[in-house]
Amino acid sequence: MSAVVAAPAPAVRPLSPWAFWGRMLVLPYLVVFLVFVLYPVFYGLWLARHPSSYERLFEDPIFLRTAINTVIFIVVAINLKMMVALGLSGFFVQKRWWISVLSVIFIIPWAVPSIPTILSVRFMLNPEWGVINSLIFRLTGLDGPNWLNDPTLALGFSMLMHVWKSLPFWTLILVAGRLAIPVEQYEAASVDGATRWQKFRFITWPAMRSLYLTSTILSMIWTLGDFNSVYLLTGGGPADLTHVLATLGIRYLRLDQVDLSMAAIVVSLPLVLPLVYFMMKRLSK
Amino acid sequence: MSGRFSWKKTSAEAQLLLIGIPVFLWTMIPVYHLFLFAISSKDSATSGRLWPKEPTLQNFGIVFREQHFYLNHFWLQLLNSVVIAVTVAVLTLFIATCAAFAISRLKLVGGRTVMNLALFTYFIPAAFLAVPMYKTMSVYGLLNSQWALILAMVTIASPYGIWVLKQASDKLPWELDEAARIDGASPLQLFRLVYVPLMMPSLVAVGTYSLLLAWNEYLYAFLLLSKDTDVTLAVALGNFLSADDSPWELLMATGFIYALPPAAIYYAFKRYMVSGLTAGAVKS
Repeated sequence: MSAVVAAPAPAVRPLSPWAFWGRMLVLPYLVVFLVFVLYPVFYGLWLARHPSSYERLFEDPIFLRTAINTVIFIVVAINLKMMVALGLSGFFVQKRWWISVLSVIFIIPWAVPSIPTILSVRFMLNPEWGVINSLIFRLTGLDGPNWLNDPTLALGFSMLMHVWKSLPFWTLILVAGRLAIPVEQYEAASVDGATRWQKFRFITWPAMRSLYLTSTILSMIWTLGDFNSVYLLTGGGPADLTHVLATLGIRYLRLDQVDLSMAAIVVSLPLVLPLVYFMMKRLSK
Repeated sequence: MSGRFSWKKTSAEAQLLLIGIPVFLWTMIPVYHLFLFAISSKDSATSGRLWPKEPTLQNFGIVFREQHFYLNHFWLQLLNSVVIAVTVAVLTLFIATCAAFAISRLKLVGGRTVMNLALFTYFIPAAFLAVPMYKTMSVYGLLNSQWALILAMVTIASPYGIWVLKQASDKLPWELDEAARIDGASPLQLFRLVYVPLMMPSLVAVGTYSLLLAWNEYLYAFLLLSKDTDVTLAVALGNFLSADDSPWELLMATGFIYALPPAAIYYAFKRYMVSGLTAGAVKS
């Protein structure tokens, strides 16, 4: 005992094994973060440092069109998807054997990789051999439209593709939210003679509002990164009129204009970062 | 078993069916179209029939025997997909479990900051990071190496892993750690003998998630890899688009094969996945 007391105090207190291993075990992730997140982010910002990149970006008519497309995609596709998901979550909580079966089938778009199914839809829409125009020809004797050659239709189908792919996931999230509402509240409302709308308005919605908002914002952030729904269906065409930010960045990269690609991302940050900040606040509570 | 006919009941069922049938068609049409092409011969594929006159497995035969220009390296590309997905899952599990243990159980100083860094990464849209990641990999000299794709996917998958594992880990009773410490267990013994076994369900969820993420990835795979012998099956499928006269029935057959393993894994581990995903994506 006395020997311990007599020993000179070390300049640096040795770490307890618990603190030591705490640092050691978090190290692999920190290395990954520094090498593959922090460095790329700063390198990307450095690539986009010249004001001339932004001038060229804003002079590019494709960029303006892309910005509009991205906003339409986010506002229309996400809200459509989330409203349908909210409605369908009410359908999937019904207790029927066939609804249980259907809920297993319903998840397929989410469970399978997107490439084969997107390419399948792309071929359905093929003007000459696609099944849709074949049906139109057989029923009416007329040639169907060249679906993906019209920028409005092509962007619309990209949005539908996105909804097809991610609707099951968000429905699942909202089903979990609905199942957390006590059944007694609905029973009491039924006794009081509440209509279906009143039950939704005064029980379901107040309980789900916060989950719905969080889901919508998260879905917006993730959809900005949805490259496949547009690239694999339309390739950004016709005439580069259906690009969104995710595909435009890759287009510039292919054209060896990395500074434009980074500038396009930087320009979107004032819109994206508040959403990210909101989500981080919310999740790290 | 009253079996009494009631209008109210029947109309309620009819309303449910009115939703259920469109939902079924909406979900299945692209998938069925894919399947139909995969089992149709080249000539009958575009006939517009709901079931081919003579269903055939010859497309799968052509794929398996690599008898087409686009399919010259089918087996190698399938193997690439498997190796890359498994490596990503193993590395992600290792990194995320260690970090979650350090933050949640060892009460690492600054753990909250690490968690916030991970969450920030989780919320960067993947396509935004793709271009800087591509340039970075070229700086590191990793471009066209499968390690580039593996490391990129680990970077994208591990924040979610840390987040889900930390959430689950915070729920474990603190008495377990105290008991282990009193018994003189070292941190690593606590990790190996107590923590990992108790965390198994969440580890399965995170492992499955990262495996599927890497298997399904297209954008990063086609940016970071280029040689036909290096690419994954996802990139090989995308390459079919390079020509107008692509053999669509072979594309669909290959796509069907490519989609089966992740679907099987998803349904096998659905129980773990759903709880993990709902907990990880949105905390209400």
